[in-house]
Amino acid sequence: MSSHPPSTGSAIVADSLVKHYGDVHALQGVSFQVPTGTVLGLLGPNGAGKTTAVRILTTILQPTSGRAEVAGVDVAAHPHEVRRRIGLAGQYAAVDENLTGHENLTLVGRLNHLPKAVARERSVELLEQFHLTDAAHRPARTYSGGMRRRLDLAAALVAHPPVLLLDEPTTGLDPASRQDLWDVIASLVSDGTTVLLTTQYLEEADRLADRIVVIDGGLVVAEGTAAELKSTLGETVVALSFRHSDLALRATDVLGDFGASHSTTDDSVVSIPLRGGASTVRDVLNLLHAHDLEVGRIDLHEPTLDDVFISLTGTNGARS
Amino acid sequence: MIATTSPGQPTFDPSVGTSDGGIGWAIRDTLAMTGRNLTAMRRVPQVLVFSLVQPVIFVFMFRYVFGGAIEIPGQNYVDYLMPGIFAQTVSFGAINTAVGLAEDKGKGLLERLRSLPMSRAAVLGGRVLADTVRNTVIVVLMVLIGLLVGFRTHTNLPLVIAGIAVLVFFGVALASIFVLIGLSVPNGEAAQAAAFPLLAPLTFASSAFVDPSTMPGWLEWWARRQPLSKTTEAVRALMLGGPTAGPVTASLLWSVGIIAVMAPLAIAKYRKA
Repeated sequence: MSSHPPSTGSAIVADSLVKHYGDVHALQGVSFQVPTGTVLGLLGPNGAGKTTAVRILTTILQPTSGRAEVAGVDVAAHPHEVRRRIGLAGQYAAVDENLTGHENLTLVGRLNHLPKAVARERSVELLEQFHLTDAAHRPARTYSGGMRRRLDLAAALVAHPPVLLLDEPTTGLDPASRQDLWDVIASLVSDGTTVLLTTQYLEEADRLADRIVVIDGGLVVAEGTAAELKSTLGETVVALSFRHSDLALRATDVLGDFGASHSTTDDSVVSIPLRGGASTVRDVLNLLHAHDLEVGRIDLHEPTLDDVFISLTGTNGARS
Repeated sequence: MIATTSPGQPTFDPSVGTSDGGIGWAIRDTLAMTGRNLTAMRRVPQVLVFSLVQPVIFVFMFRYVFGGAIEIPGQNYVDYLMPGIFAQTVSFGAINTAVGLAEDKGKGLLERLRSLPMSRAAVLGGRVLADTVRNTVIVVLMVLIGLLVGFRTHTNLPLVIAGIAVLVFFGVALASIFVLIGLSVPNGEAAQAAAFPLLAPLTFASSAFVDPSTMPGWLEWWARRQPLSKTTEAVRALMLGGPTAGPVTASLLWSVGIIAVMAPLAIAKYRKA
């Protein structure tokens, strides 16, 4: 390819991607990079623009402006070359229900222009690896949801693509099937495949992604490792619950030196960052006792990606 | 339950395979998609059976219920009727083109296909080609059913085959319209619903079942000139006798015209969809 990316270490480069559908601004200038051989989790609530970004990177959609490179190839200039280097597994488990598992994979192999015999061999190999050999010659409409997703992911891998784009690969799966798919994705990454994964499941991003990009309303609102994102919310927090809000207000005054804050969501709760470790708790309780303020309940709260997500996007996302 | 061995060793080699397109690959991709669609039809034979039920009901209705009341001078009504039934059958067969594409779209299959390094034309080409094979089978079966209820051809086998070819080509023309419908609706049911308002005036306001001279003037004007009537008349000429050049040319011109207008629109729609 004539156009090499400035950053040769990135398998995916999205540069100021904008996509407007009439008045709907699905993407409003999204930029990120995925270093070769790593997993990027694209996290966001429904309608954040995740799927739009994936559709642009897979050449299905043209951006309104901005540019993108996948595997070192410009998406707009050489879409066909990009298609030869990517695997896409979407949220719909896009398999043909009337074809058997083997026929589905062989068809994708043929459409990837593998010789007939190679396409068949590859299908048998993938069915084996995804534990679908027993169902290989049954129409896919007889498959369970988890089996279809596995077949769909297998179809994305037929041509050994160096870059894999997974759009909400585990949405709607039961926990056991989700765990299965996570294991497969993890083993792909250990083989050097670059993965971009969109998800609404924070746990999924936490488990699989080296780096996370949070998008909301078509904009990148945060970026970093899961640990970095959590640290933006600070350390462990002690939450003290009182019987009523008057007590909580007085406690907030008394504990001013500890950085206490009155909760905005529950006015009977006071939060204190746990800077000095466990002894802080003892000091706090002693002080409250001295002021005759009785604590109803004590909770220790580790910041989770959920907290990050809520504080960034103002929504709860989807809990698993 | 999934093996932790590596499912996809990164052995991708960009030098293997083809660069963009090439007519050879376009044909192979189209045949691969045709094969896929025909396999799906074989897996769900009920669909083929149901496609025959409707025209067979029409044959019985018009042959035995209304037929006695319809007078076509100098002709057996069953001979007049059957070419109309054939044309109606290929028309309704085109609905399958829209339904098939709409279902592929609704299930996300088109997204996957668009992310593959395959010919852009193969998805539509493979759909229309498979539906044409299917239409041919159904028309041949309808000719045989016609023979059972008293329909008799009065020409020779090559002309009868030419008649089937004219019908199948008309089916391709209608399929090019239904490709556009299939890509414009969200699912198979919507495609089904969109089809009838289009097909009803085409099949009934025609010379397929009755002589248009019995219709009011404005309707007769349309019924004499529209493509399904011209195709029906071409098939009557080829299977029953009479001058063929006029109606056959008219039918072919209609079909070519429809394809010339609709195919580019359908391809543009697929690129954007």
